[in-house]
Amino acid sequence: MLLIPCPWCGPRDEIEFRYGGAAHVAYPGDPETVDDATWARYLFVRPNPKGPLAERWCHSQGCRRWFNIVRDTATHQITRSYRMGEAP
Amino acid sequence: MSGSEHPDHLWRNPDPKRSYDVVIVGGGGHGLSTAYYLARNHGITNVAVLERGWLAGGNMARNTTVIRSNYLWDESAAIYEHSMKLWETLAEDLDYDILFSQRGVLNLTHSLHDTRETRRRVYANQLNGIDAEWLTPEDIKEFCPIVNLSPDIRYPVMGASLQRRGGIAKHDYVAWAFARQADAFGVDLVQNCEVTGFDLDGGRVTGVQTSRGHIAAEKVALCAAGHSTVLASMVGLDLPIQSHPLQALVSELLEPALNCVAMSNAIHVYVSQAHKGELVMGAGIDAFNSYAQRGSPHIIEHQLAAAVELFPIFSRAHVVRTWGGIVDVSPDASPIVGLTPIENLFVNCGWGTGGFKATPASGWVYAHTIARGEPHQLNAPFSLDRFTRGALIDEHGAAAVAH
Repeated sequence: MLLIPCPWCGPRDEIEFRYGGAAHVAYPGDPETVDDATWARYLFVRPNPKGPLAERWCHSQGCRRWFNIVRDTATHQITRSYRMGEAP
Repeated sequence: MSGSEHPDHLWRNPDPKRSYDVVIVGGGGHGLSTAYYLARNHGITNVAVLERGWLAGGNMARNTTVIRSNYLWDESAAIYEHSMKLWETLAEDLDYDILFSQRGVLNLTHSLHDTRETRRRVYANQLNGIDAEWLTPEDIKEFCPIVNLSPDIRYPVMGASLQRRGGIAKHDYVAWAFARQADAFGVDLVQNCEVTGFDLDGGRVTGVQTSRGHIAAEKVALCAAGHSTVLASMVGLDLPIQSHPLQALVSELLEPALNCVAMSNAIHVYVSQAHKGELVMGAGIDAFNSYAQRGSPHIIEHQLAAAVELFPIFSRAHVVRTWGGIVDVSPDASPIVGLTPIENLFVNCGWGTGGFKATPASGWVYAHTIARGEPHQLNAPFSLDRFTRGALIDEHGAAAVAH
């Protein structure tokens, strides 16, 4: 079980949260002009490192706000928690 | 079946040679079956299977051993049914008893939508020549009397599909059987050998760097399930794969109580009783990405609640052990098997929560792809470029494990 530090509410049990996958995935630009490969990469490819991963969580059973954390996918250790709009 | 009396060694434990025709990265079930079919079907025996741990110690040791071919779309039905047919003669082919038991797989439904989708899948299976039946609650009572058919439970059972040819096999024996025969053909099964990099010459792969030295290879075949993106990233290849924990558990040994494999998509549990007597149950994936081979306890709690609701007779059983594997989840819950943009580098991944059942067919088509340099007709639809072309094969329903 993860103990997740919500930047608004402090450390809370994982069951209060909803996972949102990798953070900082940028929209690829004007869909009329990007090619199929770029569009496919945006839709289907996400970072999947064995190590630190910046990811989004939503405190759905608490403050209901989205935020980011950096969590190591090999150890589950969380090293950062920061609000939307803040730099990773 | 002489193999069930275990000799001292089922395979050699060789040091890697300096070069091979084919290097397979990953010594799990799929890697071992690929090596076997490369030798048996294509006469290619100058092959190494490189395994960073011990043979078949990853997902092959951690799955719930369910075998079925009741997938929705034609492409999936064809490859999983090919696998089923291979399972049906596998013990003979490999001369090793793998305890394959075609006891039937029930997929229970709990809502109108669930029922419609499942019946649609029954019809689709029948059109593809795959055995499938629709069971009413009365039929279920007869086939598997311990299912709770009370209308008073939270999500009453409305019916089920049944694939009678589905069942289970002994996962370790399957791996050992493939390993033994591949070894007998001269394939080197190299353990404690982690791939740490690839040699590229222009757009072509020419070898691998490993924790046991450099190995040259005409062709390199990735077969590393949850670690596929770790390997692919070493050559700058993007794979649409996310690695998640998938947990399972067993009870203590019990007298025979459950005569089939029972799965429920909606309230989510899949359970069978192993030959030894323990109940084997699987859960949905943990939502977060992980390589830790463990998940969170609330996933187990959720799945046990479903099991006890559906099978009140299990309520006094004890959980003896839980564990997790790392599954390679693709966007459409279908595998990726085929060529890559890098010449002589092949990829086989994305089997996600359902790879065990595909072990023979995965090796069969992957061996063909590697030997011929082009996909077998069964894996041609499962190419990496389908995500660019938009030709996805969405099997989230038939995958029957919550994603």
